[in-house]
Amino acid sequence: MSGDDRTLRTQPRVQREPFSASRRLRGAALILVLCCNLSTSPCVFAHYSPSGRVGLSGPERVSWSARPIAALLSPALAGELLTVDTAGDPSRSDRSLAGRSLDWPTWRQLRRVLLLQDYNTRVVVLGTTLLGCAAAMVGSFTLLRKRALMGDALSHATLPGIALAFILATLYGGDGKALPVLLVGATISGLLGVATILVLRSLTRLKEDTAIGAVLSVYFGAGVALLSIVQQMREGNAAGLESFIYGKTASMGRADIRLIATAAAACIAGCVLLFKELKLLCFDDAFAGSRGFPVRRLDITLMALVVIVTIVGLQAVGLILMIALLIIPAAAARFWTERLGRMFLISGALGAASGWLGASVSAVFSKLPSGAMIVLVCTAMFAFSMAFGSARGVAVRAFKRRRLNRSIDRQHLLRGLYELLEESSTADDANAQRHEGVRLEALLRKRSWSRPRLLRQIRRCQDDLLVQARGNRVRLTRRGVIEARRLTRQHRLWELFLIHYADVAPSHVDRDADAIEHVLEPEIIEELEAILSRSGPALPASPHRLDQPDPVPPAEGS
Amino acid sequence: MSSDPAAATLPLSVHDLTVAYDRKPVLWDVGFDVPPGSLVGVVGPNGAGKSTLLQAVMDLLSPASGRIEVFGAPYRKMRHRVGYVPQRESVDWDFPVDALDVVTMGLYRRIGWCLPVRQKHRDLAIEALDRVGIADLARRQISQLSGGQQQRTFLARALVQDADLYLMDEPFAAVDAATERAIIDILREMKNRNKTSVVIHHDLQSVPEYFDYVVLLNMRIVAHGPVAETFTPENLQKTYGGRLTLLDEVAEAMRRRERSL
Repeated sequence: MSGDDRTLRTQPRVQREPFSASRRLRGAALILVLCCNLSTSPCVFAHYSPSGRVGLSGPERVSWSARPIAALLSPALAGELLTVDTAGDPSRSDRSLAGRSLDWPTWRQLRRVLLLQDYNTRVVVLGTTLLGCAAAMVGSFTLLRKRALMGDALSHATLPGIALAFILATLYGGDGKALPVLLVGATISGLLGVATILVLRSLTRLKEDTAIGAVLSVYFGAGVALLSIVQQMREGNAAGLESFIYGKTASMGRADIRLIATAAAACIAGCVLLFKELKLLCFDDAFAGSRGFPVRRLDITLMALVVIVTIVGLQAVGLILMIALLIIPAAAARFWTERLGRMFLISGALGAASGWLGASVSAVFSKLPSGAMIVLVCTAMFAFSMAFGSARGVAVRAFKRRRLNRSIDRQHLLRGLYELLEESSTADDANAQRHEGVRLEALLRKRSWSRPRLLRQIRRCQDDLLVQARGNRVRLTRRGVIEARRLTRQHRLWELFLIHYADVAPSHVDRDADAIEHVLEPEIIEELEAILSRSGPALPASPHRLDQPDPVPPAEGS
Repeated sequence: MSSDPAAATLPLSVHDLTVAYDRKPVLWDVGFDVPPGSLVGVVGPNGAGKSTLLQAVMDLLSPASGRIEVFGAPYRKMRHRVGYVPQRESVDWDFPVDALDVVTMGLYRRIGWCLPVRQKHRDLAIEALDRVGIADLARRQISQLSGGQQQRTFLARALVQDADLYLMDEPFAAVDAATERAIIDILREMKNRNKTSVVIHHDLQSVPEYFDYVVLLNMRIVAHGPVAETFTPENLQKTYGGRLTLLDEVAEAMRRRERSL
């Protein structure tokens, strides 16, 4: 925090009257409301801040400084806050929370930020980028270890530690706002919070989510209460401590950034070095234990990585939003891949991009707080990944599903046509029959498909020059015959395979064969043919003359 | 102990093992020896402590009392000679790894801390997958494998270690007939190479067919020994209580076994 004291200037003292009503509700309201979701708690905190000295919008050293999230999320409160703000410093009312319209940056400002020309911007963006990357990498393991919410409990539980560290340091005459002191306090109480969860879980039969919910809210509530005491202390200057709650990159100095960058780089290195071990731990801890890996110590290591990124991230992102950097990039990366290695890298990249873009946006729009911006950028990436992720994205899955359904329909149509032709003719004079085509009604009876669906499929196959529809009749083109014969042959090979090898009751074979055929790859079909030809009599016993050369003369117009 | 030459050759020997969760005992004074090169079935009702027994053998939990020796030494010294196949339900199959990744996990200890998986390890893993008949699925994400294929993947992960004693927790649970046959073929092949397998098993009818040594367990050891002498209706009655239909089935299975011998 060296040299940053100016940024943490004393807030103007304000009368408490406007808040006296809400003060009575304080105890109950804090506990009830603060355990609510992430987005509302900053406003609530602002509202119920017991000292009346809300202090959310102190003047900042850097022009593109962060602005409190409370103003964005709760315009209704802004007026009230404005009273507080301007009471001490009326000249700043134009820049205060009530002035909610954004100042659009000029092109020059934009370029300065994006090209990192500004030294402050450069330093802060580098810090948040590394932080985002490290948090996302650590987060992909905690997500898979199903401990994602532990990070949230941990970050919330740091608040009482921060306040206590400040109180103790101030009472003993030190600098209450020295960053190392605050972070040591944060670490200790964060770990205590995690320990409380573990103890609760093992002593009682509470489920982990229950324990996390209880511990998270109680610690955070205690932290808020302590913070109110801090603000009433005569010694020391507590303004700026709240930036730990919702994050404020503007309050970070060079030393802070160096700390963040070092810690983040260490976490990334740790994740990369222990990649294999952590992968095994997350997938199958019992097996890891049986192989002699120290499961407990690995778990502690993973938790330590979470502690480190969380603690150094408190200042930039804030303890309420820190969990987003741990969870969201990892969850988004999962949509793009089925491999952990790639998920790990994609997650890191998304986290880094969120850190960079979020800090830049907050630098360009001087009123948008960095922590919230980082999380919002992150969320935008998550939404995009969820929709378009190449492995599990909703759109991709819907597209694949549709393509599969169409290909199934196509195969049904072609096979249905082929089988109807077979039924209605001896194998020898099948040609003539084929030219006449099959009546639509016969096809409709053949499968349980609706008329529109059938017609749609016929149209598609017509476009592919596989069938020709004329009036009420459909016939296969020469190309269609070849394709239909191939499909029918494949299908029957499967039927035979199932009957002869997998003890599947013949009455069920048809449906199973359909399902399997449509997911079959060509090489498996070849293998199957080899198996069947080895077994001799199992090869299509030629009731359908499948292995005969094409008996169809070229159809006209195909 | 290790001074006893006979004990040193025993793949697994359990003495007076007592395990308790909270105050509730799960295993009482369990003791038995497993002869080398045998195929051992561990049989008992639900909650009899079968999985707990395997976990205690592998030091995954600390027993209240007792002594376990693997090849005449504590487990932690003989770890490299033991392969473990956990229950299939014990992991999240949605995990972002493919079958090959899972099998190479069996080699992580050999690869060493912090070192990456190399090509020779992948080759070994492919070989193991080939032994269980699913080498062509090596690059498939594990949730896209069928139950039987998942079980085979787990088996391959144990095989790739080339251990001398295999501990398997219900490898036959909910697998298709083809997988069951494939697994039992591998178990028999390992037996022929003088490797020992201790297998938790649920289907009493197939016990006489599959195993040559059986441990009947219901919190305590009811009986242990060669199947022909130990797997009797009387012993089963002591293990499972008086469920007669079950016993009839077993008697029938034993008769079949005698006929086939």
